[in-house]
Amino acid sequence: MPWSKIKPELIEPDFNQETKENGRLLSYAEAVREALDQALDLDPNVFVMGQGVDDPTGMFGTTLNLHRKYGTDRVFDTPLAENALTGIAVGAAIGGLRPVYLHNRPDFLLLAMDQLVNHASKWSFMFGGAVHVPLTVWACVGRGWGSAAQHSQALQGLFMHIPGLRLVTPATCYDAKGLMLAAIADNNPVLIIEHRFNFRRQGFVPEGPYRVPVGKGIVRRTGKDVTLVAFSYMVIEAFQAAEELLKDGIEAEVIDLRTLRPLDEELILSSLAKTNRLVIADTGWKTGGVTAEISALMAEKGFYYLKAPILRVASPDCPTPAGFSLEEAFYPGAQEIASAARSLFNKGG
Amino acid sequence: MNSKYPQELLVSLYRDMLRIHNVQLRIESLYHLDEMKTPIHLCIGQEAVAVGVCANLKREDYISSSHRGHGHYLAKGGNLGALIAELYCRETGCSKGRGGSMHLVDTSVGHMGSSSIVGGGIPIGTGLALAAKMKSQDRVSVVFFGDGAADEGVLYESVNFAMLKKLPVIYLYENNQFSVCSRVSARQAGEILFHQAPPELLMSRIVDGNAVLDIYEAVGEAVARARRGSGPSFIECRTYRVRGHAGSGSDAKLGYRSEEEIMDWAIKCPVTVFGEDLLRGNMISEAERSKMVEEIKREIDEAFRFAQSSPLPKGEDLLHYLFDE
Repeated sequence: MPWSKIKPELIEPDFNQETKENGRLLSYAEAVREALDQALDLDPNVFVMGQGVDDPTGMFGTTLNLHRKYGTDRVFDTPLAENALTGIAVGAAIGGLRPVYLHNRPDFLLLAMDQLVNHASKWSFMFGGAVHVPLTVWACVGRGWGSAAQHSQALQGLFMHIPGLRLVTPATCYDAKGLMLAAIADNNPVLIIEHRFNFRRQGFVPEGPYRVPVGKGIVRRTGKDVTLVAFSYMVIEAFQAAEELLKDGIEAEVIDLRTLRPLDEELILSSLAKTNRLVIADTGWKTGGVTAEISALMAEKGFYYLKAPILRVASPDCPTPAGFSLEEAFYPGAQEIASAARSLFNKGG
Repeated sequence: MNSKYPQELLVSLYRDMLRIHNVQLRIESLYHLDEMKTPIHLCIGQEAVAVGVCANLKREDYISSSHRGHGHYLAKGGNLGALIAELYCRETGCSKGRGGSMHLVDTSVGHMGSSSIVGGGIPIGTGLALAAKMKSQDRVSVVFFGDGAADEGVLYESVNFAMLKKLPVIYLYENNQFSVCSRVSARQAGEILFHQAPPELLMSRIVDGNAVLDIYEAVGEAVARARRGSGPSFIECRTYRVRGHAGSGSDAKLGYRSEEEIMDWAIKCPVTVFGEDLLRGNMISEAERSKMVEEIKREIDEAFRFAQSSPLPKGEDLLHYLFDE
């Protein structure tokens, strides 16, 4: 069943020229696992919990055999009690530890909204900075093979709404490791929304520990005609779209946000100042979501740069269907991003 | 008079209860002035629970608390001036005016913050116990929660985990019989199921929540069990919320409970009854009691003066403390 095992057959685009020289080719899962391994090794206060983190597949391979290396006190399976276990992780964080709580789907985070939204995200502010919550929560968006409405939700739009929560969405193997290490080192609650399709790729990853700064995006490809803003798996699609667009003589700049909150507004604005056109791509829904927020921000702060409307590429406002013919209609990709970008020129922009 | 405890302890339990009681009365008497612009949830009639529990704890032990948490905070040793300043939403409040009455904190005494989401503090207190265990610290964690929180599924989830990991945690079920105006009997089919758990997994006790020594004794057993590494306990203290859910004064006029019922419990006031026991048992003299009342009054006067003269947080600092940067 391809759904339970995604093979890392593809090599990701040349995102990190500098790491190619001093990195090794790792699968995405190996990159995440290396981050957890190094975090556990470097800091005795770090521990890893989650349903199935010690099982034979090790949470898609991200935690494989870590319980053997660090013991079941520091890498342990949890009851399926997402709300209490999130609160327990919050309490452990307040008590001086650095928990990493992994979920195999963001859908299950909805059972933990009380502790994530009412507690973890508010504890520092609500007590005037007397207490901090160095908690990392990780969840991987499922997509494909009929995962359907309750096993595939890309819920970053919901979480982007919450002050006090950092929201991280890696797209590359390098970032999967570096952002995980940054999240664990952060003294605040950090939610990492992963994407299952990222796990199809291998990329170059340096061996030692390093941190990718939370709150900073990166230009993955430079261009002068249109800015494609993406994050998580959509970066790959946007990158492909940029190659497509080149055939029409359109040079697209691809921005990988890396972090949705705090959002690197400056990076988007400076690109927009150059290209004057903007397409935003999300793995989740359109209404009230990430693309809506970025559009609003750019309308407020970048309006005079714009030569054409801001266009958004996101999933239509319906639950994810199971059937593959409907899935195809549900998920936009490189083609949709490319045609959105092209339309900005067709309409006399 | 139970004489198996030293006089010093008995007097100190009484003093702590009286102090909490009188702090509540002072808050209540000034609340109508609308200068404390925060919802208050008084614990009048429930002083024995906070005091009987915390008398068993060391400074570094943890507690987690709820919206009705003034008593827990003070019994654990939280700073009185900072509590009152928080009610006045001042920069000098324990939460710097960001929390208000329902969100108290004093990390210097193991009070790591109270939640006003009913049941919200239960897993957090459980997690504090997990941290203590993982760090091999000699610390226990007491989770205070009421009968409203006992309705919540997160209680089951948390107790299950604590039993599984043998955590040094005491679930202190402060059953005051009401969630706002809803009686516990309208929400729960009978006695709470945790009393049926196998004792080796979960020590359980039901005690008179107005009898400070009974609470002290039961919690003492639970704390010893936790320190031995034998796991969690579940202690139900049956008491009564004498005042309304929020605000000041009696809520008898609402009609969901009778004046007689409230009076029946008011005369069981844990502070008054215990004080009379101490006087009868010659553990304290009337003169000593009066002196104690006067000292507490001066302390409360000073706390209110401190709060009222403290600066308010500035609007320009609104976004402070959202993150530890």
